[in-house]
Amino acid sequence: MTSAVPSEAVIALQGASLRHGAVRAVEGVTLRIAQGERVAIIGPSGAGKSSLLHLMATATRPSSGRLEVLGQQPWALSTGARQCLRAQVGLVHQAPPLPPRQRVVTAVLAGRLGQWGLGRSLLNLLYPCDVPGARQALAELGLADKLFVQCGQLSGGQLQRVGIARVLYQQPRIVLADEPVSAMDPVLADHSLALLNRHAQATGVALVASLHAVDLALAHFPRVIGIREGRVLFDCPAQAVTDELLQALYANEQLVAGRGVDATSPHVQLPRC
Amino acid sequence: MLSASRRDPAMVPRVLIGLLAIAVLWPGIQLSELNPAVLLQAENREQMARFTGAFWPPAHERDFLELLLEATLQTLAVATAGMVLAWLLAVPAALLASRALSLSAASRGGRPGVWSRLVRLPVRGVLIFLRSVPEIVWALLFVRAVGLGPTAGVLAIAITYSGMLGKVYAEIFESVDQRPAHALLQAGSGRLAAFFYGILPNAASEAVSYTVYRWECAVRASVVMGFVGAGGLGQQIDLSMRMFAGAEVASMLLTFLVLVMLADGLSRLLRWRLA
Repeated sequence: MTSAVPSEAVIALQGASLRHGAVRAVEGVTLRIAQGERVAIIGPSGAGKSSLLHLMATATRPSSGRLEVLGQQPWALSTGARQCLRAQVGLVHQAPPLPPRQRVVTAVLAGRLGQWGLGRSLLNLLYPCDVPGARQALAELGLADKLFVQCGQLSGGQLQRVGIARVLYQQPRIVLADEPVSAMDPVLADHSLALLNRHAQATGVALVASLHAVDLALAHFPRVIGIREGRVLFDCPAQAVTDELLQALYANEQLVAGRGVDATSPHVQLPRC
Repeated sequence: MLSASRRDPAMVPRVLIGLLAIAVLWPGIQLSELNPAVLLQAENREQMARFTGAFWPPAHERDFLELLLEATLQTLAVATAGMVLAWLLAVPAALLASRALSLSAASRGGRPGVWSRLVRLPVRGVLIFLRSVPEIVWALLFVRAVGLGPTAGVLAIAITYSGMLGKVYAEIFESVDQRPAHALLQAGSGRLAAFFYGILPNAASEAVSYTVYRWECAVRASVVMGFVGAGGLGQQIDLSMRMFAGAEVASMLLTFLVLVMLADGLSRLLRWRLA
């Protein structure tokens, strides 16, 4: 299958780089993501997958290069206009940063803070203004019974699902997910990724997820981007990802030869960090 | 001597820091004219014994108790009113002074931009000014301006304590986990919403405990300011001390103990509810 010719790019990176001091997290990345596209980003630990997603989410500013999100350059906008743009981009964090004392219902409803005024946001703290909406988002992830539980009482995998529910509730035009299933068991991980994909297909939003599990990436996403040392190593349809490409992507000279992980096996369990 | 293999490399610095601390503190003791031996001189001992001897039994005549109740309520009112005013000033100041709500910090890994730091400086400066003048000085000033009475105490507490509360609130907001608020800001939420959803749940318990502790301090401060004419228990203690009425002083100190215990209990209750 060849993916459709990108009609309208919702994210366009051109020569984008991100440096933390001397560390080069992202190095001259150029790529376009079209409306409704579903893309997996894979690559070894520390390759810059999270940094790339944070760039796309307008969470961090690129050190150099150009970034366009929904046709606008976020870092050329005024602060207020950038916040409006950010409200249309949802980022699922690998470890969703939720205050331990916050209730799950509040954490999910907080997804729409960018769309609500301050008055509604504050009223929502006193009395949750859309309990059915939060319950529905959680129910899709099998967490409806945790609606009024405090976030601090949830496990890592449950928190990840709350993070996904928050972004589903946000109803953004772009869904970005940074290792969204890294703390879930295989069945849940499969279910959650399928849900994200179904949701993206149904609403026509773009979905970009970074993943450690190659088999999940190949199974769920039509397009796969391999990132190594901050650069795009390959960017092709899932069917075109070959064993040689994966070997080149995950080759690790620092591990002792013979004890390295064989990345080509379809059921490989790569270390998840 | 210890053999080389068992020696702790941190020992030498520790000993040096200890010696340095003594060397620095010794002149301080000299400067403050601290001489505990004065307490043991026969004449001074006799004076103190006479004064404290009159403490028992504490005064409990009906008239005096009525007076005491009124003075206590006045002290509590002064402390509470002063704290409310201080809080109203401190919260906006803390939100302005704190890096926690900096949008630039949210997209720069927690380091605010140059402008954002420059804008926060004047607010910090105001907070430093507010708390650098002791409340007793403000009280003396306001007693001249608005006359003898509790108003001077309320204003003095409001000014000094707004500086203290503002500074500490700002630091509490910065010391809690910033990631929830940053995540919300990065998802387009406004700063105040990000504060209420991302910072406050983590900061509430500490902020409440500090506020109750400051209220307790305000009760003490309002007593001290009573000595300069700002009403309440302080004025009564001043009068009783001048008349060497030890029994009355004892009653008032006991009242004091009860007030501090109440504040402590309240703080515990609130912390337990919020923890």
